[in-house]
Amino acid sequence: MATKVIMPQLGESVVEGTVMKWLVKEGDDVEELQPILEVNTDKVNTEIPSPAGGKILKIVVAENATVKAGTVLAWIGEAGERLPDSEMPPRGLAAEKPQEAVSGQPRALTQEREGDVGFVSPVVARMAQEYAIDLHLVKGTGERGRITKKDVLKYLAALEKERGAAAEPAAWETPGEGDLFRPTEMVFRTQPAPPPQSEAQQQPLAAASAGGDTLVPLSIVRKRIAEHMVNSVRTSPHVTTVMEADLKRVVAHREANKPDFSAEGVHLTFTAYFACAVSQALKDFRMVNSSWSEQGIVLHRAVNLGIAVALGEEGLIVPVIKNSDSLSLLGMARAINDLAHRARQHQLQPDDVKGGTFSITNHGMSGSLFATPIINQPQCAILGVGAIKKRVIVTEDDALAIRPMVYLSLTFDHRILDGEVADGFLARVVEILEHWH
Amino acid sequence: MAEMTLIEAIRQAMDEELARDADVFIVGEDVGARGGVFRATQGLIEKYGAERVFDSPLAELSIVGVGIGAALYGMRPVCEIQFADFIYPAFNQIVSEAAKMCYRSNGAWTVPMVIRAPYGGGIGGGLYHSQSVEAFFTHVPGLKVVIPSNPYDAKGLLKSAIRDPNPVLFLEPKKGYRLIRGEVPEEEYLVPLGPANVSRPGSDVSVFAYGMMHYYALQAAEMVASENIAVEVVDLRTLYPVDKETILQSVRKTGKALIVHEDNLTGGYGAEVAAIIASEAFTDLDAPVRRLCGPDVPGVPFSPPMQEWFLPNAEKIAEAIRQLDRF
Repeated sequence: MATKVIMPQLGESVVEGTVMKWLVKEGDDVEELQPILEVNTDKVNTEIPSPAGGKILKIVVAENATVKAGTVLAWIGEAGERLPDSEMPPRGLAAEKPQEAVSGQPRALTQEREGDVGFVSPVVARMAQEYAIDLHLVKGTGERGRITKKDVLKYLAALEKERGAAAEPAAWETPGEGDLFRPTEMVFRTQPAPPPQSEAQQQPLAAASAGGDTLVPLSIVRKRIAEHMVNSVRTSPHVTTVMEADLKRVVAHREANKPDFSAEGVHLTFTAYFACAVSQALKDFRMVNSSWSEQGIVLHRAVNLGIAVALGEEGLIVPVIKNSDSLSLLGMARAINDLAHRARQHQLQPDDVKGGTFSITNHGMSGSLFATPIINQPQCAILGVGAIKKRVIVTEDDALAIRPMVYLSLTFDHRILDGEVADGFLARVVEILEHWH
Repeated sequence: MAEMTLIEAIRQAMDEELARDADVFIVGEDVGARGGVFRATQGLIEKYGAERVFDSPLAELSIVGVGIGAALYGMRPVCEIQFADFIYPAFNQIVSEAAKMCYRSNGAWTVPMVIRAPYGGGIGGGLYHSQSVEAFFTHVPGLKVVIPSNPYDAKGLLKSAIRDPNPVLFLEPKKGYRLIRGEVPEEEYLVPLGPANVSRPGSDVSVFAYGMMHYYALQAAEMVASENIAVEVVDLRTLYPVDKETILQSVRKTGKALIVHEDNLTGGYGAEVAAIIASEAFTDLDAPVRRLCGPDVPGVPFSPPMQEWFLPNAEKIAEAIRQLDRF
């Protein structure tokens, strides 16, 4: 059966893309994952890998045409294979509705047409579009062979296992979206693939190798982390400013409210307080909730807070709490519980790690007093939260007091912010924490 | 922690609130010396006197009317309607007076009143002692509607309801009064009005229920667990205002929703939950939203086999879950 090449959705907010250049022509033989065209979105140029091996039967969308995500761009199959009648090339382009199977519009319940995938439920339609899946390839196990959400999940897992072995990024993943990593379920369900033995042997070690040294193969996640860190440091001039906060009121509030939260099934962590304080402060300092672009500084209307979650040897991930400024402490604590739990269970959805506008990393969990975190691009700043320690301080009225203190370090992009604004923001965070009620 | 029945938890909540706040009082039919027909107020008249726990005439309109008047004078009345079936004479007082007072007076006056009413079938009560009335009242902004499903929630929710500045209709699943037991902490606690409770997490099918049906939903979830169906059970607890977020979160996870109530199907509360899911989680649905409810007949029949036919139970819920899982 012929396989569709579909315009992938290259990011949450990206609904269409422009075919820049076809790297192949009709009649060419292509291998699976071979780049076959270049697509431009408002953000980036991306090469699209072929979803299957075979012959390019038909190129449907010409160069320089802009079409919606989900639109069929080309067909790949065996020589002489006839395309299904229902899959004729679209007439209009950007205005054209995406193909049925991926448009969110369920098909009829009948199985009359050959190759009909049957009834498509809303969630299956959405996932097919999001992941650019050809539903013909998914085995249905529901009633009358219906493709269920679980079938799609199973298919994606199998697909990723294959792709993971080839260590190729998924077609929809692009740099510049601000995701630290690929979505966890695409990465973690399979073991990191060791590089082929021969390759490892051929490449000389960068560091001098003494007897007994071992080479740890790079996991996909390790590579991603490395790329993002290098990219971030190269992109933004990092400056770090540090302040301290007296958490007396926060600690007391947490002690008093833990049982009530627990009764709601919510574990009240300090992170929730920092997240609330930051979300509130971001509303007062919109410049901090921004991204650099050559046209100007983009002030984000939504406050979407990324929270770094350590996954041990697997690295770390930064799930995002959307519109975190609208959440109460309870809502925030619940959202953090949920995201952290799902991150550790490898159950995050792609959207869970997208769209962050500011990040928090709680390096104090491992005892660190203060650190200089690296910005999660394309955000403007990141807040590092140190360990909460009881220390002796001198109060306003010159008395000695023992207080739970924390160092907060804000790393910011000096292209966007100067020290004064950054310090103003950080001072506001401190003020909110110290006057917690 | 002490294990107790649903009715004991409800009695304890009123006992503690009577002790805590001198403005709290109880009014209703036979709530005094007799201790209520279900013994919800047993022993309270001895402890707090006939000034604070007193019998009313057989006139529900006046029970609620007295409550509204006292509430406007700063008291915290807890009105008991002996059976929810008898609440209709007070409908005008509840809907047109109590629920609108805060809005009508631009916040100057509120009615901090609780109306307790046992509801639902399963006890052989026939047409006039088995009704579920929640759908009539969940249509009324200004009135909170709460239905507990276990002793812990019943106590914590009732205490919150008594302290709430606005009117709360507190419907109690009477079949569960002595059937449902659970742990209740010694120390004081509140359960806030509003949030639903995910009482059993699962990934395959979401079941939304409250009151007695929640009790059966948990049993049904346990029954199908051995068939490899992981059911998420959500106890709605507060029907109005409803906790949309928890409902949507659950559906986003499972993609399949079953709503269970014993009230009649058409125009029932389940329709509202279904509408919320359909309009706000449409692209997360993997199956039609289903409702398992009492049939559209005028009352819960008296004859035992007919009563059985009318009411959803654990087996019927389990079967509906299986169908939805297969879809």
